Amino acid sequence: MQAFSGLSLFLRGLRGQRGWPPQWRSPEPKPAYDALIVGGGGHGLGTAFYLAREHGLTNVAVLEKGWIGGGNTGRNTTIIRSNYLFPESAALYDHALKLWEHLAQILNYNVMFSPRGVMMLAHTVHDQQVFQRHVHANRAAGVDNEWLTPQQARDFCPPLNIGDIRYPVLGAALQRRGGTARHDAVAWGYARAADALGVDIIENCEVTGFLKERSGAIAGVSTSRGTIRAPRIGVVAAGNSSVVLRGAGVALPLESYPLQALVSEPIKPVFPCVVMSNTIHAYISQSDKGELVIGAGTDAYLSYTQRGGLHITSHALEAICELFPIFRRLRMLRAWGGIVDVTPDRSPIIGKTGVPGLYVNCGWGTGGFKATPGSAHVFAWTIAKGEPHPINAPFSLERFRDGDLIDEAAAAAVMH
Amino acid sequence: MLLIPCPYCGERPEPEFSYGGQAHIARPAQPSAIEAQAWADYLYRRDNVRGVQAERWRHVHGCGRFFNALRDTRNDHFLATYEVGAAPPEPTARGSQ
Repeated sequence: MQAFSGLSLFLRGLRGQRGWPPQWRSPEPKPAYDALIVGGGGHGLGTAFYLAREHGLTNVAVLEKGWIGGGNTGRNTTIIRSNYLFPESAALYDHALKLWEHLAQILNYNVMFSPRGVMMLAHTVHDQQVFQRHVHANRAAGVDNEWLTPQQARDFCPPLNIGDIRYPVLGAALQRRGGTARHDAVAWGYARAADALGVDIIENCEVTGFLKERSGAIAGVSTSRGTIRAPRIGVVAAGNSSVVLRGAGVALPLESYPLQALVSEPIKPVFPCVVMSNTIHAYISQSDKGELVIGAGTDAYLSYTQRGGLHITSHALEAICELFPIFRRLRMLRAWGGIVDVTPDRSPIIGKTGVPGLYVNCGWGTGGFKATPGSAHVFAWTIAKGEPHPINAPFSLERFRDGDLIDEAAAAAVMH
Repeated sequence: MLLIPCPYCGERPEPEFSYGGQAHIARPAQPSAIEAQAWADYLYRRDNVRGVQAERWRHVHGCGRFFNALRDTRNDHFLATYEVGAAPPEPTARGSQ
C-alpha cells in the first residue's frame, strides 16, 4: 500500500495530482475464503479490516451488490456522538468514538474526523428533564456530556435563535467529543487498508442464497458472480438484512424505512458545531465544502425505494428556518433517501444467528454511521472467536425473546 | 407524498392517514400457553417484505376507518385495498412495474 503523507501529496501536486494508482484491487472472486462479509458499507469493510489486522484472518472477501459505500454509508448526515442513555449503548458507541479519534492514523487515510461538538436542544420541560438525565447517566458512565443554559447554547452556536420561536430553547446537552467525519472517506479508507492486508473487495456481487453443511452449519453463498464457499459469514446488509437473511432461514425483528437527508448550496463557514433538535425534529451541521447537511425524519411506512416524501423534508426545513433564521433564503441542492433497518428497541443486533458460522450485524436504524469503527471492531471479534465481544454481548438477537431490550427507542435523541 | 386510496373516501394525501404496519398478525389466544420465542415472534418479528406487502392503514384525519392495503414496497404503488378481517385479494399487474 502506498503510504500517504504531506510530502507525497506535495510531490504529486507538482505533477498536477495525476498518476495516482487505484487504491484497492478489483479481484475476481475466489471459489473459497476463510470468511465472507456480505455488505460493503463502512461496517462491513471495517469488519474485514479488523478481521485481517487484529485476528490474522486475511483470506477474506467483502461482497457488495452495488459499489462500496453506496448505501447508507454514503447517505447519512455523518454525525458522531456517544451520549446514549443506557450503559450498554454508551459502552458500544463510546468504544466507536474512541476508535474514531485515531482512525485516520491507523488507516493512513484522512477520514476528516472533526470533534466539533454535538449539541441537542431542549424545547420543553420534558426535554430538559430527559436530557439532564442523559447528562447524569453519561457522566456516571464516563462519557462526556454537559448541560448548557440557553445563552450558553447560543454562545456555542451563534446562529441559533433561542427566544423568538414557537418552542423556545430552554437549554441544551452538549457532547464536546462528538462531531462529524467524511462518510465516503470512511468506506474508502477501510477498503484501502483491508485490501492492503489481503482482503478481496468484490463489487457488483449480489448474494442470492446460502449454502449449508449437512450439519446445518453455514458453508457459503450463491451470488450473481457464482458460488463462494466459506465456513464463517457475517451479514452487514443494513436495510436489506431481512431480505438477505431470509435466504438462510433467519427471521429478524426489523422493519425498513426510508430516511432522508439533504444539503444546501455551499456557503462560507458559519456553523461551528452539530445541532440536533428532538422536539421540532431537525439536525444540521456544515460540511468542509460549505454545504449545510440537514437530516430529516423517516417516512411512516415500510419501503425499499431509497426515496421519501417531500412533506418529510419540508418539515425538517421549517424547523431549521425557525431555529436558524439566517438560513431562510438558502436553497437546497440535493435530497436523497436511504433505507434504514429499525429494531423495536432502536438498538442494533450484533451477534450470532441460529445458524452455526453465520453472524449478523444489523438494526442500526437511523444512527449507524457514528458506530462504524466500534461496530466493525466488535463484529470482527465475534466472527473470529465465534463468541460476542463483551461490548456487543447484550446486543444479541435473543434479547427480544428473553425480554432484555436495550430500549433506546424510549430514550432516543431524535424521534423517528 | 403518497396518494392513498381510502376504500371509503377515495384517493387522499398521505398526511391524512396513519400507518399500522404488517397486517394479519393474530394475537395468540393464550399468551401464557405459548413458548417465549412464539410470543417474541408475535411482538417483534415482521416479514419486512421487499415486494408486495399486506398492511394496515387508518384514515385518521378523514373517515377515521381502518382498512388493509396491498402495496409494493419496491415502488410504493398501492395494488388493492380491502376490509379489515377479509383475506387479501390477488394483486393486480401494476405491482410489477
